[in-house]
Amino acid sequence: MEFAELIKTPRVDNVVLHRPFYPAVEGTLCLTGHHLILSSRQDNTEELWLLHSNIDAIDKRFVGSLGTIIIKCKDFRIIQLDIPGMEECLNIASSIEALSTLDSVTLMYPFFYRPMFEVIEDGWHSFLPEQEFELYSSATSEWRLSYINKEFTVCPSYPPTVIVPKSIDDEALRKVAAFRHGGRFPVLSYYHKKNGMVIMRSGQPLTGTNGRRCKEDEKLINATLRAGKRGYLIDTRSLNVAQQARAKGGGFEQEAHYPQWRRIHKSIERYHVLQESLIKLVEACNEQTHNMDRWLGKLEASNWLTHIKEILTTACLAAQCIDREGASVLIHGTEGTDSTLQVTSLAQIILEPRSRTIRGFEALIEREWLQAGHPFQQRCAQSAYCNSKQKWEAPVFLLFLDCVWQILRQFPCSFEFNEHFLIMLFEHAYASQFGTFLGNNESERCKLKLQQKTMSLWSWVNRPSELSKFTNPLFEANNLVIWPSVAPQSLQLWEGIFLRWSRSSKYLDEAYEEMVNIIEYNKELQAKVNILRRQLAELETEDGLRESP
Amino acid sequence: MAPKGPSQEPSSNSQSPAAAAPGYVENVRLVDRVSCKKAALGTLYLTATHVIFVENAPDTRKETWILHSQISTIEKQATTATGCPLLIRCKNFQIVQLVIPQERDCHDVYISLIRLARPVKYEELYCFSFNPKLDKEEREQGWLLIDLSEEYKRMGLPDNYWQLSDVNRDYRVCDSYPTELYVPKSATAHIIVGSSKFRSRRRFPALSYYCKESHASICRSSQPLSGFSARCLEDEQMLQAIRKANPESDFIYVVDTRPKLNAMANRAAGKGYENEDNYSNIKFQFIGIENIHVMRNSLQKMLEVCELKSPSMSDFLWGLENSGWLRHIKAIMDAGIFIAKAVSEEGASVLVHCSDGWDRTAQVCSVASLLLDPYYRTVKGFMVLIEKDWIAFGHKFNHRYGNLDGDPKEISPVIDQFIECVWQLMEQFPCAFEFNERFLIHIQHHVYSCQFGNFLCNSQKERRELKIQERTYSLWSHLWKNRADYLNPLFRADHSQTQGSLHLPTAPCNFTYKFWSGMYNRFEKGMQPRQSVTDYLMAVKEESQQLEEELEALEGRLEKIQKVHFNGTKVKDKQSEPSKHSGFSTSDNNTANTPQDYSGNMKSFPSRSPSQGDEDSALILTHDNLKSSDPDLSVNSDQESGVEDLSCRSPSGGEHAPSEDSGKDRDSDEAVFLTA
Repeated sequence: MEFAELIKTPRVDNVVLHRPFYPAVEGTLCLTGHHLILSSRQDNTEELWLLHSNIDAIDKRFVGSLGTIIIKCKDFRIIQLDIPGMEECLNIASSIEALSTLDSVTLMYPFFYRPMFEVIEDGWHSFLPEQEFELYSSATSEWRLSYINKEFTVCPSYPPTVIVPKSIDDEALRKVAAFRHGGRFPVLSYYHKKNGMVIMRSGQPLTGTNGRRCKEDEKLINATLRAGKRGYLIDTRSLNVAQQARAKGGGFEQEAHYPQWRRIHKSIERYHVLQESLIKLVEACNEQTHNMDRWLGKLEASNWLTHIKEILTTACLAAQCIDREGASVLIHGTEGTDSTLQVTSLAQIILEPRSRTIRGFEALIEREWLQAGHPFQQRCAQSAYCNSKQKWEAPVFLLFLDCVWQILRQFPCSFEFNEHFLIMLFEHAYASQFGTFLGNNESERCKLKLQQKTMSLWSWVNRPSELSKFTNPLFEANNLVIWPSVAPQSLQLWEGIFLRWSRSSKYLDEAYEEMVNIIEYNKELQAKVNILRRQLAELETEDGLRESP
Repeated sequence: MAPKGPSQEPSSNSQSPAAAAPGYVENVRLVDRVSCKKAALGTLYLTATHVIFVENAPDTRKETWILHSQISTIEKQATTATGCPLLIRCKNFQIVQLVIPQERDCHDVYISLIRLARPVKYEELYCFSFNPKLDKEEREQGWLLIDLSEEYKRMGLPDNYWQLSDVNRDYRVCDSYPTELYVPKSATAHIIVGSSKFRSRRRFPALSYYCKESHASICRSSQPLSGFSARCLEDEQMLQAIRKANPESDFIYVVDTRPKLNAMANRAAGKGYENEDNYSNIKFQFIGIENIHVMRNSLQKMLEVCELKSPSMSDFLWGLENSGWLRHIKAIMDAGIFIAKAVSEEGASVLVHCSDGWDRTAQVCSVASLLLDPYYRTVKGFMVLIEKDWIAFGHKFNHRYGNLDGDPKEISPVIDQFIECVWQLMEQFPCAFEFNERFLIHIQHHVYSCQFGNFLCNSQKERRELKIQERTYSLWSHLWKNRADYLNPLFRADHSQTQGSLHLPTAPCNFTYKFWSGMYNRFEKGMQPRQSVTDYLMAVKEESQQLEEELEALEGRLEKIQKVHFNGTKVKDKQSEPSKHSGFSTSDNNTANTPQDYSGNMKSFPSRSPSQGDEDSALILTHDNLKSSDPDLSVNSDQESGVEDLSCRSPSGGEHAPSEDSGKDRDSDEAVFLTA
């Protein structure tokens, strides 16, 4: 067994665990292939179960023969283990290091996890593209499902099934794919039923420096506009960055060749800029000793909220084009797998009431992130404590969740889910017992046979017992478009994520509980009143019957 | 809050205010500073008490009211082609920009407002003409609502250790202190008078808060006139008396809320701080809260940040940091926490002072009391707290808030900071306070409004001389009458957060202090959360109450019918209409909104390639067509109080018509859809 080789010391006694807000716990530390477990000998004390894949970095230090391992997790938690014995400590540390950085995906926990719950609905089949398409097909006949990518040959990062304009055949799509970065030809992301406008997304056009054109691409993009209609091309890069991309064979659409379209450049950061922002922010949040001004300075210097503002602003702009201007939009950056998806999915949160429900939000993540080929495995390989200067990590998905939280905060009654739901998604994107966020795209997931070999996150979440934890008690269906404020005064640090481990949430949790109680009590009363009303009505009709001859 | 107000008050469908106004100017434009929508055209009226802008738009005739006493600065800006701009900044953080067509009119308005905004006699203030149509008895009752002798009784006074002193009868010892004061039993008149002579402005140590369970107390005073070496036996005896009044503890804390450097500088002027060697068993402690001048500048800097037009995140955070505002808030909180801990955890008494003992001392004593005693976290208790620590102990409201024209260097947001401290606490302890954010905002408004007599003058003595209670109305009874609007739905008297002291983390958690946009940007409604959890929950609670009543009624009827059945007779019972429970549209009404300025760079976006003509110019997203349907959310004054329109956030939103703004918006939303 491969894991056994990595575990030199599977068990150490008298280890002391330190966590913020909890008293220190002394107990036995056990290492398994996927978990670090600490259990005290007392019956009632809580145990620590930590997935190795949740470990972002470890530090070790020694005082005499007492070793200390500081474990920094991808969910930003920091715990400390005091381990007696230098050798044990070193063994444990090297095992953790090895186990938390396994190369092979198939060695990850989801392939070993055996669920202890009853599966009511298999999450792997909860959000099939065909079902999602049906929601649109009742409203429009201008779009069709294409299976052109069923072997993942046209676009390796697209799912087998995509929605494209009806008037464009698969042959043309092939040509368009050759003209777009990563083969990501424009596909339908969202259809606005209210006015028939659409959001499409793609990779950048490969115009290069000599302004290459593609007739099929122009035809496809124009085919999405009705006669006399206009559209917006939203490039998530600044004009400067987009121009530089031409040198590498990429580029942007020349408006002359897409006469019904106007191009807008926004500037959403990518990759290491975002990663560094996260590192700085988490560092600032963990440092409790500095004074007030330094805190604000560090918050500012992290630029995290600047990124939030930029992403939200772009999403609002896209939504505004659709809903207020009556114009369709095509959104892309370079690859179309990061900032593009942030914008398309947030625009839907703003425009589409369904995506503010639990089920609808899951469908959105499935559609706009998983199937759309956001490379979760690369982006979430490391979190805020990593010191490796890898190029591919970036908190793109976390920024998206943060933006959703910002909107949720401004519209606390318009979402069916609560903050815990978003936090849960963040955790599972970085470390999970479920297979949902493994791999970088559908093609990889297919090869890994995740559907057969692992459990879907949705199978677990969509059970009444879990759903109740994630349901927002204040939710009232709101069928309107919701326009968030993007003023700096309106954007806040997401304390539920970033200060989760550095301040007690006791009083806020109590407030949440109180809120639930108020609403539950109201529902109880309503139910009681309804029963009595019915009883009375029955009695009175009985009387009526008895009286009428 | 139903609008009631002065008799000359116009409303949209009655006579125009011109009748009673000294003047009006037509074709004035009110510029919306937040969104870029077109300015509203209307008429500007100047009345004896208000500036009123009435929009021409016939369907709305929306009115914007500004009390003269709220005006902080008036700025005449350079004339442009469209007219002469006038910028009015208010003390409640409203900013109004008007454009007056004629330079001459603008100048007249400017000159009038300068005069009107800076009254020289108390009699000119609004409270002397404000008539809420209450009879004399109601007015007198109103002043009785908050009674400090009741409060001292509540604290368990007098008892074996503390007694009411009449030493300050007719303000003989200290003219900025109240007449009713509690001092240690062992402090004789001789000691008190002696001590008062050794304290700035004769503000001798007197009781602010008393914990009857532990006998620990919070006393307050001004700085001692110690200079470099002066001593005063009576003052030393006074502090000893305070210590002896707490038999459980063998020392007292003396907290000087100034930065050490400031306190040392005062010694050169013959003032200073207690020398630990001269006083037996004191523990002396500095807690550096800056002086009123630093605070005034800090607020000024923060407001400049709030005023920035579409600032970047960095502009905002950098500006906020630079203003130092939250650092000052934290310093005040830290002082309050220190004192509360000394009292609750060590059972020690504390003497608090700063220089004169009427600004920082008031802030710190009231924050500590609020942390210690859940009573002060109730609606009534909070009024009592302000009455005690601020009004009675001679906080100089007139000077600090510039009610009468005076020295601008005396103005400082001292009570604003205290109010913000309370809000910061509310954010951390959401279930601990009986009142909500709106309560704090309205109190802040009225500190400046001069609509009620409570906050007039600089001391109790001055207020008595002016016969405030006979000539004006009390804010407290006004707020009390409307308390349903001010309740926190999460408050429960038996909740753990409402028991005993609030325990704050000992670690210096800076990030627990946040920018209060609900106060400093409160007139920019677009920046606030669009759905109010407070209002939603209040509506749910109200409905639950109705359901409880209905349940009882139904049970009664059921019982009756079953009895009737049993008797075999039938009584026709009038079927009561089942009440409708159609959800709480509070949230929905507030939901409809419009996009904001997401397109800061759109006007100039550089995407058109030069080869292209402008055949699609019709499509350029101008600010105008992006904003065409943005409802004016910024200024809609409640005619009585000048408080912004809160009526649409009625707690029973479920039954209310949608607010004007959202209703209007939904239509325009529809219109966009139809033309699309």
